[in-house]
Amino acid sequence: MSVLLDRPAALVRSVHRARRRRVRRTVAALTVAVLAMFLVDVLLGTYTVTMPDFLRILGGTEIPGASFIVMENKLPRAVVGLLAGAAFGVSGAVCQTLLRNPLASPDVIGVTSGASAAAVLGIVVLGVRGQGVSWLALAGGLLVALTLHVMARGGGASCHRLVLVGIGCAALLQAVTSYLLTRSDIRTASEVMVWLNGSLNDSTWERAAHLLLATGLLLPVAAHLAHGLRGLELGDDAAAGLGVPVARVRLGLLLLAVALAAVATAATGPVAFVAFLSGPIARRLLGGAVSLPAAGLVGALVVLAAELVAANLVPGAVLPVGVVTGALGAPFLLWLLVTGSRVGRGG
Amino acid sequence: MGISTTVAARGGGVAQTGSARRGTAPGWVLLAAALVLLACVASLAFGARPLSWATLVEAWTDFDPADGDHAVIASRVPRTVIGLLVGAALGLAGAAMQGVARNPLADPGLLGVNAGAALAVVAAMFVLGQSSLTSLVWFAVLGAGIAAVVVYAVASLGREGATPVKLALAGAALSAGLASLTNGVLVTSQETLDAFRFWQIGSVAGRSWGDVAPVVPLLAVGAVVTLGTGRALNGLALGDDLARGLGQKVALSRAVVALGVVLLCGAATAVAGPIAFVGLVVPHVGRALVGGDYRWVLPLSGLLGAALLVGADVAGRLVLPPSEVQAGVMTAVLGAPVFLWLVRRSRGVAL
Repeated sequence: MSVLLDRPAALVRSVHRARRRRVRRTVAALTVAVLAMFLVDVLLGTYTVTMPDFLRILGGTEIPGASFIVMENKLPRAVVGLLAGAAFGVSGAVCQTLLRNPLASPDVIGVTSGASAAAVLGIVVLGVRGQGVSWLALAGGLLVALTLHVMARGGGASCHRLVLVGIGCAALLQAVTSYLLTRSDIRTASEVMVWLNGSLNDSTWERAAHLLLATGLLLPVAAHLAHGLRGLELGDDAAAGLGVPVARVRLGLLLLAVALAAVATAATGPVAFVAFLSGPIARRLLGGAVSLPAAGLVGALVVLAAELVAANLVPGAVLPVGVVTGALGAPFLLWLLVTGSRVGRGG
Repeated sequence: MGISTTVAARGGGVAQTGSARRGTAPGWVLLAAALVLLACVASLAFGARPLSWATLVEAWTDFDPADGDHAVIASRVPRTVIGLLVGAALGLAGAAMQGVARNPLADPGLLGVNAGAALAVVAAMFVLGQSSLTSLVWFAVLGAGIAAVVVYAVASLGREGATPVKLALAGAALSAGLASLTNGVLVTSQETLDAFRFWQIGSVAGRSWGDVAPVVPLLAVGAVVTLGTGRALNGLALGDDLARGLGQKVALSRAVVALGVVLLCGAATAVAGPIAFVGLVVPHVGRALVGGDYRWVLPLSGLLGAALLVGADVAGRLVLPPSEVQAGVMTAVLGAPVFLWLVRRSRGVAL
């Protein structure tokens, strides 16, 4: 130790190495947890499949009953849950870091409200079903993000204006969604309601493939931009001093976060609080560091765990997964607000 | 008085503009009352069924129950009265909220108070299987009260107290949480959803006198309590320390104002559903007209709120004939741009 203290550079290096080790260990542990939860979701539940049977089904053996349930229902649900959770998690973490506010997740600043309003418009007015709804949701989310960017221009580094504009937009869009709900018949309204809660019930392989393609494109971009994000965390001036092109990185990251949130919303509906919670949970696990892989893994873990509860809580009925994340998210949110405020990070 | 004005400047504004504009304040109140009257006449006259002014006058002077046109006008009376009551309650509550929170963005809709009322109402509908408003009013008031206390308590922790951004974020986040719980109930019960989706939108149409009667006493008590706090709000506008130095019981004043606001919001929400933006927009207009003296801002906001909601209801009947757009949607469509303008006007200071 005394040797290290004599040489500051070595000390810094050792601290860095320790932190990197912690991040690596946490990410590895989270990966194991996500895989375990994925298997639990697929194997357990009202219809239990044994591990050897599962492997045989994957190998192509046809087992009457079990094959259908696993391949057409449980597996696509789990895959969509995993990918959407990861997308929500990364999106939330990017937004919160970018806007330097633990509360400024895509659900709060109106991006998911925009996606929802556009999707409900499609279902109720245009009679769109299936993949078309997803495209509309994506368009709605991007439109809100663009509006936010234009409206908040000139707000400076505080980002407060963007957050407030987002909250205003969210309130307006929720009114539009409510209005559309009253214009539809009750069957459509129930259908929309399930979607609005965020649900994995309609997951198909087609949807899983679309989501895989979209996240496969967006997540590497996120990994690429993560370096700029760490620079921005120091403050815009410091980041500019370090050679980060602040304005460009900022816009790129915002668009990326919105695209991820909108893609996930398009696949599952706005699953409440996943984007909001993943970033802070990952940060706590890592002792304050920002790590997008960890946030994405936490998001996937949250969705898969909530799905397990939602599928088995009420016998005979499958609750939308968003109801569970919402019910668990609200108390956590209040706790976060309270502790965040105490140390002066609440806004 | 705007968003960018600091508290100290607003406190000074009371002394300066208060005396300069005191002479004109009664005039503005009279003008607002005239506006309310105009909105009422328009509400009786316009709608899906076009009527002539002569018929309107005739129905007023010589009412004939057998006449179809007269019956149409009579059927527009309850929604007009409800619009007046609810609009006045929301305007008044908004002004008091902005005063007590010393926060230009305080609004029952944005701060999660309405979401609290909505969750309480849905839970009551679902658990008790009731859909009559009479039994739900108290639930709405209770839900509104709890949400208001939680949002304000959470936002005012920390060094800098309840800043606009913290309040808005706490309100938005709590609203999101409460809404997802509300949705959870709605997904499991189609009957509750069917009743709720028409209540949730915020509308003054389709209510009978029987629905309004139980909330009138609540609204009356809330209005009297809130109108009586003008002097206390003026004191609070100077800042807690100064108000305390002037001999005001700060905590007591806050509690009284909060009681009035919760009564007004809960009762208004129970009748009309959650209506946003009225409480946000109206007090800004009121302050712009008469300055920062809450003894004038409060009644003026009440009148302007009534005129705005009745006007929004009339506009909603006319934009997409023959169907109607609910007043709650119209206030959001009209109010959101004003909110955005308020946010944009503040050049990133004070927020």
